[in-house]
Amino acid sequence: MASVIEHISDETNRENVYKTKELNLWYGENHALKNINLDINENEVTAIIGPSGCGKSTYIKTLNRMIELIPGVKTSGEISYRGRNILDRSYKVEDLRTKVGMVFQKPNPFPKSIYENVVYGPKIHGIRDKKILDEIVEKSLKGAAIWDEVKDRLNQNAYGLSGGQQQRLCIARCLAIEPDVILMDEPTSALDPISTLKVEELVQELKQNFSIIIVTHNMQQAARISDKTAFFLSGEVIEFNLTNKIFSTPSDKRTEDYITGRFG
Amino acid sequence: MVSEKGSFSIQKLIEEKKKNKSAHTIIEKLVPFILLFTAVLSVLTTLGIVFTLIFETFTFFSKVSFIEFITEKKWYPFSETKGTYGILPLVSGTLRVTLIAIIVAVPIGLASAVFLSEYASERTRRIIKPILEVLAGIPTIVYGFFALTFVTPILRQFIPTLEIFNALSPGIVIGIMITPMIASLSEDAMTSVPNSMREGALALGSTKFEVSMKVVLPAAISGIVSSIVLAISRAIGETMIVAVAGGSTPTWGWDVTSSIQTMTAYIVQVSTGDAGYGTTIYYSIYAVGMTLFVFTLLMNLLAQYISKRFREEY
Ligand SMILES: Nc1ncnc2c1ncn2[C@@H]1O[C@H](COP(=O)(O)OP(=O)(O)O)[C@@H](O)[C@H]1O
Ligand SMILES: [Mg+2]
Repeated sequence: MASVIEHISDETNRENVYKTKELNLWYGENHALKNINLDINENEVTAIIGPSGCGKSTYIKTLNRMIELIPGVKTSGEISYRGRNILDRSYKVEDLRTKVGMVFQKPNPFPKSIYENVVYGPKIHGIRDKKILDEIVEKSLKGAAIWDEVKDRLNQNAYGLSGGQQQRLCIARCLAIEPDVILMDEPTSALDPISTLKVEELVQELKQNFSIIIVTHNMQQAARISDKTAFFLSGEVIEFNLTNKIFSTPSDKRTEDYITGRFG
Repeated sequence: MVSEKGSFSIQKLIEEKKKNKSAHTIIEKLVPFILLFTAVLSVLTTLGIVFTLIFETFTFFSKVSFIEFITEKKWYPFSETKGTYGILPLVSGTLRVTLIAIIVAVPIGLASAVFLSEYASERTRRIIKPILEVLAGIPTIVYGFFALTFVTPILRQFIPTLEIFNALSPGIVIGIMITPMIASLSEDAMTSVPNSMREGALALGSTKFEVSMKVVLPAAISGIVSSIVLAISRAIGETMIVAVAGGSTPTWGWDVTSSIQTMTAYIVQVSTGDAGYGTTIYYSIYAVGMTLFVFTLLMNLLAQYISKRFREEY
């Protein structure tokens, strides 16, 4: 099973944010990621697609080491983020997560006010100046395209917002610490079509300033918003290429079967 | 129809069973009445108790002035001539013991709850939780003698002026008694905070401690406050420990080293003594009981206010 990932004709010379080398991961005995090799560029949207249970969430959670929260997980290989191996024990996980933000499948705002949600990150990292915090709130909420909807009720509980608004608030919360990378695990799967569209547009804008890795169950979404796509199957990367190549001329039969809807 | 191929028709079987159901129908009809009866019974009992309390308290205030009761700083019911009934010494006795108990129990109880809910492994939690619940079930008379024969002598090594009977020792021991309650109930409140919130905070680079303090604790605050209030109510109403180790000297003030008397201990003293029915002393225990009732009621109202005011809804 030679994976078709060696040559991606890439005119841009963007730098890698992540280089994954020979990554393997086990949940106890279950070998969930097998020999993953993936290089991810900065300021691009990289989509990860594949059928349920193929390891998409597992992989993306390894990129900020949230996977460690699950007991009994073992890894081998290397993931270097900006040149340093994050799987190295000496890499402080809080430092990594300050650089690499995450948006989850189900919106998970804190049961606090909209304002407090956004400033949570800056505050725990020591920013206390009220003026600066106010600026961060406005900038992040604007960045997440939700400012106009909430600017008059910043002190209301975040749980009064709709699901789509909550998810954009979670994106704002993530932007508030100006991360380098944003990981998104099926961020629109719990949202209605209109909210989904808003989040998709947002992702397009955010890639100017951030590197985005997005897991999606929805192939049209991957095709619409990503620059590159990685196709996962049973814990392996089957194909990784420019999105339009993957969707027009896939090199692997299995990729073709998947994107034409023959399975998954 | 399912029945067409099978040897029996399910619909027919149901029809037949229905015919034998008359007994069931009677029970179905009776059940609401039985439940209503038990509910009414418990409400009536409670009302009866409160009514007796109010009634006897009024009788007491026909003998002793209400103003004297709430302003006088002396409580001498057993005086040879006319007794003095100022509740303040008993109230200050109760408050001293309760405050000490809170100072002991709240930090230890909350710290244990945070440990159990956020740090302990599933195994540790499974071992410690039942132990906490057993601790909460120890009869309080045992704690009373523990205070008198164990804690007081140790304290006297460090505080030579400490009397045999004092507020400090029973206060500490009541604190120990209510700690498991705070720990266990607060732990319940904290474990029920969804994991997705912890993940959200961790993903922003928080440490585990920051997640516990800034996300989990505030999200669980309403349950935590209730647990603390419940524990304080128990401390206020606690009787045996103070009766055994606190003494029986009603004193006004904040001294914790000398003998005191709490409201509950006074009620015990009178009920186990030989104050005759109809005497002022007899009625005084109802007035003291009423005061106790008002205190716990206020605590509960306060708790409701606090938990509404600070509730973080999710
Ligand atoms: N917490 C877990 N414990 C054990 N196995 C898990 C856990 N989470 C996922 N897995 C297993 O790992 C594999 C990949 O799962 P996941 O990464 O969640 O897939 P995807 O996100 O692509 O649907 C599956 O076989 C799944 O059963
Ligand atoms: Mg998944």
